[in-house]
Amino acid sequence: MSTLTLEKQPIRHIPDKLSTPAGRIFGSWEALLAAVAIAIFIANSLASPHFLDPWNLSDATYNFTEKAMIAFAMTLLIISGEIDLSVAAIIALASTAMGAAAQAGFQTPALVGVGLGVGLLCGAFNGVLVARIGLPSIVVTIGTMSLFRGIAQIVLGDQAYGGYPASFAWFGQGYMSDFSWWPTLPGFEVVTFEMVAFVVIALAFGILLHWTVFGRWIYAIGNNAFAAQFSGIPVQRTKFALFLMTGLMSGFAAVCLTSRLSSTRHTIAAGWELEVVTMAVLGGVSILGGSGTIPGVVLAAIVMGLVTFGLGLLNVPGIVMSIFIGLLLILVIALPIVFRRIRSRTAA
Amino acid sequence: MSRILKYRELLLVAIIVVLIAVFSYRAPSFASPESLANVFNDTSILMILALGQMAVILTKSIDLSVAANLSFTGMAIAMMNAAYPQIPLPLLVGMAMGIGAFLGAINGFMVWKIGIPSIVATLGTLTIYRGMAFVLSGGAWVNQTQMTPAFLNTPRVVALGLPLLGWTAILAIAIISLVFTRTVFGRSLYAAGGNPTAALYAGIDVGRTRFFAFVLSGGLAGLCGYLWVSRYAVAYVDIAAGFELDTVAACVIGGISTLGGIGSVAGAILGALFLGVIKNALPVINVSPFWQMAISGFVIIVAVLFNARQEKRKGRLILRDAVKHRPALAGAPVEGAAA
Repeated sequence: MSTLTLEKQPIRHIPDKLSTPAGRIFGSWEALLAAVAIAIFIANSLASPHFLDPWNLSDATYNFTEKAMIAFAMTLLIISGEIDLSVAAIIALASTAMGAAAQAGFQTPALVGVGLGVGLLCGAFNGVLVARIGLPSIVVTIGTMSLFRGIAQIVLGDQAYGGYPASFAWFGQGYMSDFSWWPTLPGFEVVTFEMVAFVVIALAFGILLHWTVFGRWIYAIGNNAFAAQFSGIPVQRTKFALFLMTGLMSGFAAVCLTSRLSSTRHTIAAGWELEVVTMAVLGGVSILGGSGTIPGVVLAAIVMGLVTFGLGLLNVPGIVMSIFIGLLLILVIALPIVFRRIRSRTAA
Repeated sequence: MSRILKYRELLLVAIIVVLIAVFSYRAPSFASPESLANVFNDTSILMILALGQMAVILTKSIDLSVAANLSFTGMAIAMMNAAYPQIPLPLLVGMAMGIGAFLGAINGFMVWKIGIPSIVATLGTLTIYRGMAFVLSGGAWVNQTQMTPAFLNTPRVVALGLPLLGWTAILAIAIISLVFTRTVFGRSLYAAGGNPTAALYAGIDVGRTRFFAFVLSGGLAGLCGYLWVSRYAVAYVDIAAGFELDTVAACVIGGISTLGGIGSVAGAILGALFLGVIKNALPVINVSPFWQMAISGFVIIVAVLFNARQEKRKGRLILRDAVKHRPALAGAPVEGAAA
């Protein structure tokens, strides 16, 4: 009976000299991820001659773009000390609603509105339960995960919705070169709408988290919600806004995914909550809240996309890939803890 | 405290009785003893899993890998039975519990020694264990014809109006309630979750208690792996997919606090029975089984709301008592008021 891990305080070291900015960048989690991404990229291009084909690479981005959109919002939520396990169920419900709307004869703009609206509503529902009433987010979102997908299941049963308007397919299948203003430079013709959405959303969340007061609030809440409250930060309202964002991003991912698959079943996006959380945690976000960066999550998304694409090229079945994802999740959390412990033991 | 708990269990009993009354109004045969015994038998696996989940939740953790553990163990045992029919059943069941306990120990080790939050560790092992079931079987099914009659039929043997499957659940409930209320380990579970710091000073190793809670949960999941495969007479990778949520739901409905330290065996069992009654009643009253998932989600949320209100009420009482007993401290900030 030595120590209690929960309450253990990290031992503070006072270094002899301050670390240089360059040293900080190269020693960071993001640098490690970038190195891993480059290594996987090289390994994949050596393993398969088809890997470096630009159209192939463009297709490979679908492995992560939709999940990453949610992962950015989830990053903010996890930094604030909460979690949303219902994101995949929100996709299922939003997709079902869009399918029903398409059956009723609504056109593409209305369908996108329905998808985003359902996402927002689901996020608001989670937000009210967690931020307003003060329930633990893990249990609440396990409940809403079952509720949202359950509603999709009631509506759909064992049926599937199809018959989306032709113009709706563009969100998940379209290329930016469909626009006349898109530059016709070499390489630009393979850029998809989802890639651009991924970059824009990453930039938006990056700016929000790293360069705004709201972003600083999120870190403050995640590090000490009680102290944040007394510093005049609207803790509950911030958390509510984060749940709204996560819901909205899930709705947007539902638009892209539904458009790409052009059909909806109640099992759509099954298990995605795990991959989204893994993506955030792999990106260096502390599952206990208080730390993490958007560039890290961008790199993690690319790493996970490359790994699944590479394994896919090697004909590894999806369920075996999920073993790798599970191992990855555990390793990226365990390794820093183990290293920190070894370092503090050798220093002490 | 005990009054609140009694109130909760009585309330659950009342709700279940009302549900059965309403359902039997639509279909009178639903309330017959045979039908009720059938509901109990059908809920046995959920009850046993809920007991393991309860042990873990009591220590402020969660085990999301129980269903994947069940799937892997069920597959391993079924393949073992198909390949070596001469292995006696008790040995197979022992092996199932052993494999399950080992998988639980992996979770427990990560939570205890490495300090990974249990939700992340078990979310990871959830996919790993189910993936391992795929790797083990190559995606193939083990069918009824490949398994021995003893393996398939033993849990179906009826004794005193209830199949052995139901009796297994009753035995598990009896043993677990004795362990939880009458042994050092059982009381440590409550102490470790109720107040880890105080438990530490009371000489309880919180991490080790958590570890053994995961081992217990895993062992029971292994047992259920055998029960599930023999009950449905088939083993494949996706058996019991999503069932971990039902076990959490049963605990939450039964008043087991997800913050740890609060809850009773009777509560978890009644929570499981509540879900079991609804599941068995839906076809009887002509509601599509597709409603079940949404209903359990809704019930989880209502139960969490209800639990939160009770926990809050309890917190206030303690503070008021503290102020009453020590008027000198009334003006001072009370530690823990934030939580």
